[in-house]
Amino acid sequence: MIGLVAVVGVCAAQRDDDWPMPARDHANTRYASLAEIDTANVGRLRLASTFPTGVARGHEAAPIVVGDTMYIVTPYPNVVYALDLSTAGLHVRWKFEPKPDPFSQGVACCDVVNLGLAVADGKVFVNTLDNQTLALDASSGKELWRFRSADPRTGETRTMAPLVARGRVLIGNDGVAFGVRGWLAALDENTGKEVWRAYSTGPDRDVLIGPDYRAFYPKDRGTDLGVATWPQDAWRIGGGTVSGWLSFDPDLGLVYYGTANPAPSNPEQRPGDNKFTSGIFARDIVTGSARWFYQLSPHDQFRYDAGNENIVVDLALPGGPRKTLLHADRNGYVYVFDRLTGEVLSATPFVRITTSSGVDSRTGELHYAPARQLRANIVTRDICPSSAGAKNWQPSAWSPRTRLLYLPHQNLCQDEEVMATSFIAGTPYLGAIVKMKRGAEPRGRVTAWDPVARRAAWTLDEEFPVWSGALATAGDLLFYGTMDGWFKAVDARSGKLLWRFNTGSGIVGQPIAYRGPGGKEYIAVLSGVGGWAGAVAFDDIDTRDGSAAGGFANAMRDLRHPAAQKGMLHVFALP
Amino acid sequence: MYSRFLEACIVVAAALLLAACEREKREFDPGVEGARLDKSMLGVDRMERYERNAHALATGKRLWTWYNCTGCHGNGGGGGPGPALMDRQWIYGWDSASIYKSIADGRANGMPGFRGRIPEDQLWQLTVYVRSLSGLAPQDGAPNRDDALLTRTPESFFDPQRPEAATEQR
Repeated sequence: MIGLVAVVGVCAAQRDDDWPMPARDHANTRYASLAEIDTANVGRLRLASTFPTGVARGHEAAPIVVGDTMYIVTPYPNVVYALDLSTAGLHVRWKFEPKPDPFSQGVACCDVVNLGLAVADGKVFVNTLDNQTLALDASSGKELWRFRSADPRTGETRTMAPLVARGRVLIGNDGVAFGVRGWLAALDENTGKEVWRAYSTGPDRDVLIGPDYRAFYPKDRGTDLGVATWPQDAWRIGGGTVSGWLSFDPDLGLVYYGTANPAPSNPEQRPGDNKFTSGIFARDIVTGSARWFYQLSPHDQFRYDAGNENIVVDLALPGGPRKTLLHADRNGYVYVFDRLTGEVLSATPFVRITTSSGVDSRTGELHYAPARQLRANIVTRDICPSSAGAKNWQPSAWSPRTRLLYLPHQNLCQDEEVMATSFIAGTPYLGAIVKMKRGAEPRGRVTAWDPVARRAAWTLDEEFPVWSGALATAGDLLFYGTMDGWFKAVDARSGKLLWRFNTGSGIVGQPIAYRGPGGKEYIAVLSGVGGWAGAVAFDDIDTRDGSAAGGFANAMRDLRHPAAQKGMLHVFALP
Repeated sequence: MYSRFLEACIVVAAALLLAACEREKREFDPGVEGARLDKSMLGVDRMERYERNAHALATGKRLWTWYNCTGCHGNGGGGGPGPALMDRQWIYGWDSASIYKSIADGRANGMPGFRGRIPEDQLWQLTVYVRSLSGLAPQDGAPNRDDALLTRTPESFFDPQRPEAATEQR
């Protein structure tokens, strides 16, 4: 009995010390209950060790820590390292090179990033750019199984982070810019065999919509909406890929995720709501069957996508306690959902929005602004937020102590013209010319959002989009990085800057906190600028064309050019 | 003296007229489609026939959009998933034969091949237009306006970029 208690105690302690998946937990909080480093002593935080990755592309991944080992995955070529934390100097325990197909580099829409691996049950699960998912033995690095979904010559890639729960490895696909049809799949954790696959478009049997499906709003109910809300057969090349974050509620057994925008970008070629793109699904993790769906941006004209993270948290709302899902969308609203039903409890703008005027609380409908309806061969100006969204992939953090949601994001607008485009397999399926530009405010911002009061508690401005993830700790600290190389710690209650460190290259990665084998608290982050916003840093982008890098070039011409800067892991601790 | 000057004028005028003819010439029989690319076809004649021709360059610009080149290389050749084509750096070479080969056969890191999918005539039109993105095609024939949202200095006003081999192989 005592032994059992001890084992349980160890497991519980282990969980607090580790950072086993990019979001730290299935709820996607990115909150570490470690308080050794706090607002009083963070000023003394020092660099403890570094590790070079040898790759010069955007490092968006989170370092992963389980026990005395840290695991990192680089951008393409997706090399996996296991680093020994028990001795000084981050000795490499093992290294695994999955050798992805180089062709995948040229069809990755937004730099050749990887959002991170996951460790569970003694196995490392990692996705590669060329649509493979691998399981490696966590102690030896030996390959256990390998799953391939598609040839990158179709335009399909995989940059998202897998989520492991209930013996399933959940993965999705990327490639909406190439007209790839989106899906989420569950693989068996032990064999890599596909258990189920749920498409984002097409007939109900493909989308796994059955008797369990109960959408809250009438607009999201019907038969075969994934076919009926498209022109003939357009759903087959209609996008809705699943390249963002997945979250899981173990009590409800539901996985939550957003689907990407419809393809092509030119909305005139796909009249209709284009289900089930740019919306959020709740699915049974065992069967994959859909429980509810809510379309955030019906007939999405601006590639707003809905792949941003969903945070599983219970809130004390004015009407009583609710099981909610927090989602800061690219379309500019923070949504609070009832995660049992998909009801929108609130949708509140957190940036300046010109493309819509609000969300109808009765119908759940997003009211688009008539002045910003895209029409072919006409330039539409001042589309705010831009296609990069009010917030893009960069994941937020939730602190249960401050009850605030920390959003790293950007204030960008764009001018755009759409035109007819043809589907040619393996080429982009867009039909749009985009030039992003500054909004009325600075380009980057961190917003501490109170989802109950539905307002910002505080905001911090940054010169460039804040393209890194956020980390909240029990020391009431918030960590994030900037594209001009600063790694910062601010007071989570006030936003006051308490500490900063320049890593040399920009930071677009996800900071984490963990307790090392010696019992000390450490903060870690990968530097190495890149990603969609940082692609201008590379030689193969020329900012004299404002439409380069999907239109980001026009807004990022002054980003320092760190061409020689390769990725670097930075680990910090108190002296 | 006067007649010599007149003669010289006539010669210059004739030369200009001939050049202008080449610039404005419309080719209605582009030859056998799908012909294999070989050394004999890569003579200066072949390249110049397209490169000195405003219609070929303008058509190349239209095809550049139609065949979705813009999505990877940027509307104006500034790059994206694919490398910039308006700058000095060329991974696979900047001469017409190399560019033609890239478009026709594709490249290993993401470029699809268009041989057999589009007429050979269009492959050449695309080739010369790609060269015009960095000012390598004669500027008197290069397009000087966009029909859509302007994202860069027009090709005909763009200073030629002295090519160099790219250091980074991607």
